Amino acid sequence: MSDVALRMEHVYKRFRKGETFNSLRDLIPALTGRMFRQQELSETDKREFWALQDISFEVKRGEAFGIIGPNGAGKSTMLKVLSRVMKPTRGSLHVNGRVSALIELGAGFHQDLTGRENTYLYGSILGMTKREIAVKFDEIVEFSGLTEFIDTPVKHYSSGMNARLGFAVGAHVNPDVLLVDEVLSVGDTLFQRRCMDHMRKIIQNGATVLFVSHNLKTVADFCSHALLLDHGHVVTVGSTPKVITHYMTHLRQDRAANQSRPVVISKVTVRDAAGPCHRFRSGHKAWIDVEVSAREPCSKLAVVLYFRDENHYVLFSTTTERLGYGTISLNSGDILRCTFEIELNLGHGVFYPAVNLYRHDIEQAEDVWEAAETIYVWAQEDVSGPVNFFPKVIRQEVCRGRLREADDCTAHGHRGQDRSTATTSGPLRLN
Amino acid sequence: MKQDLRELYKYRELLLTIAYRDIKVRYKQSVMGFLWAVLMPVLIVMSGVTVRYAFALAAHAPLRTADIASIAVKSLPWAFLVSSIRFGCASLTGNRDLVTKVYFPKEIFPVAAVLASLFDFCVASTALVILLLALHTGYSAYLFWAPALMLMIVLLATGIGMVVSAASLFFRDVKFVVEVVLTFGIFFTPVFYDVRMLGAKGKWLLLNPAAPLLEGFSACIVRHQPPQLPWLGYAVGLSLMALALGYTFFKHLEPAFAESI
Repeated sequence: MSDVALRMEHVYKRFRKGETFNSLRDLIPALTGRMFRQQELSETDKREFWALQDISFEVKRGEAFGIIGPNGAGKSTMLKVLSRVMKPTRGSLHVNGRVSALIELGAGFHQDLTGRENTYLYGSILGMTKREIAVKFDEIVEFSGLTEFIDTPVKHYSSGMNARLGFAVGAHVNPDVLLVDEVLSVGDTLFQRRCMDHMRKIIQNGATVLFVSHNLKTVADFCSHALLLDHGHVVTVGSTPKVITHYMTHLRQDRAANQSRPVVISKVTVRDAAGPCHRFRSGHKAWIDVEVSAREPCSKLAVVLYFRDENHYVLFSTTTERLGYGTISLNSGDILRCTFEIELNLGHGVFYPAVNLYRHDIEQAEDVWEAAETIYVWAQEDVSGPVNFFPKVIRQEVCRGRLREADDCTAHGHRGQDRSTATTSGPLRLN
Repeated sequence: MKQDLRELYKYRELLLTIAYRDIKVRYKQSVMGFLWAVLMPVLIVMSGVTVRYAFALAAHAPLRTADIASIAVKSLPWAFLVSSIRFGCASLTGNRDLVTKVYFPKEIFPVAAVLASLFDFCVASTALVILLLALHTGYSAYLFWAPALMLMIVLLATGIGMVVSAASLFFRDVKFVVEVVLTFGIFFTPVFYDVRMLGAKGKWLLLNPAAPLLEGFSACIVRHQPPQLPWLGYAVGLSLMALALGYTFFKHLEPAFAESI
């Protein structure tokens, strides 16, 4: 029992959709009207909406647990139920210890107060005692990097500074269970890195952390177990790679076939040597099968393959025509099948292969299938970024006390022309 | 209920922090924070004196300093009651983010509004003491009634504050109703005048729970008499009931706050 940090049992949450009365001006006429027309009551009762249905899961103490799902899956409602801001309509939630949520940072800030005052205010809102805050105050301020602005009213802060201070306070609460929203994406890259490192430290120190996110990468990076939520239901619970794979197949963009087009992309499959697959190791090969059906004759077609990352940037694109296969003309009733073989020199993360059909005769895309598939790439090397250069350190040396005569040092290297590699890549001590 | 109170006790530090925030913000925004606390009571006293001066002219009787002292003594608790209900009314809707995102007992907001108003009351009280000294009101052992009376006003304000804060979260126009009631409430409460000026019909006015309490202030501070105990008992009962019912009402509605705001 005691190794369970949090348990949800058959939780349901209902919302009333449509108009609810939020002023007396509307309520009073409606109530008097309702006395004469009884049926109206049942009509409003029908407009309900179950945001969560029969949710049961448990999180072990010291575990990092992810809750993923597309927009509208019920993640925010889940977060609110977990943080006890909302009461479930049915079912129960048991938590062992103090829960604290790291959600939409800076919500508790008051614009007229200084950073220092807000630190105390927000800290106590998150459940810290005054003494706890005082002990950690310097650490919090240092973490936020706002030492020189700490006595400035928060209204003069930029939104990034706001978020940084918010995160810094939130991250130092030390609850038994920490709920994390999409908050790790605040601030600049350097701050984000610091947040990530801090989260990792919190997890290593044995805190139970729940990530509620649609950022698969964060969940994949931190969580050992995850839950996939869709339309208020639990689709699957289990180890993170398993759940992510499930997510990929479950939530693949299902595209309604557009009957009016002369040619359509009817099928896109990503596979590895063994068969359809959604989880790849960085650097391994993948095959993408594309099937195109023509209802009407169509000339000068080329299949375009491109990859987007989570920010929807196109990372890579090519076409059958550019790869030397020329353009193709199809007659009505023809099916075109082509397979791309690619090497996934991608970094750790989630990527969206997309396909479109380009007609060179009218110079426009005939059919586009964005996010035809979703793949998850993991890298063995500890690298970050959208691509993987498969780095190796082939040389690292320290030349003690020889800064002034650095030339002598680099002369021994393999790449004597690149002087900076030898002096910056190794830890250099100046003593 | 017991569990709710224990929870509130657990979050007592947050209550003080939020009250402190409200005070700080109020005093930071106005350059002369002291004036902020004193302005409303001063206005009430001045209008009260004007009204009483008109009464005195009509009755061909002089306006006594004791009357002015009585108005001043009653104005302060009244100003406190009005201010805590007014700030309490806006306390939940004004903290939308905190209501929807973070868990803690939400009665902290109306209670913090009462505490912040109590601070204003204390600041204004120092001014009142100076005024009373200038008016040579004197003192007696009955002064010890004053803190008990103030406690009852605080309980009454807390109870009403909880009801109006929760109600205005669900119905946005509650705040207009509250504003109108607070504006005209002063005419149904013996602040500018004394209950005995209305003769036998004055009893009806004492049904207003604030009335016996304010009369009590006037009696124990200005007239050096004990308060009218039966009516005071009635007001104490009503204040305690307001608090209990207000708290129950608030806690009953609290689970729906986050989705209704």
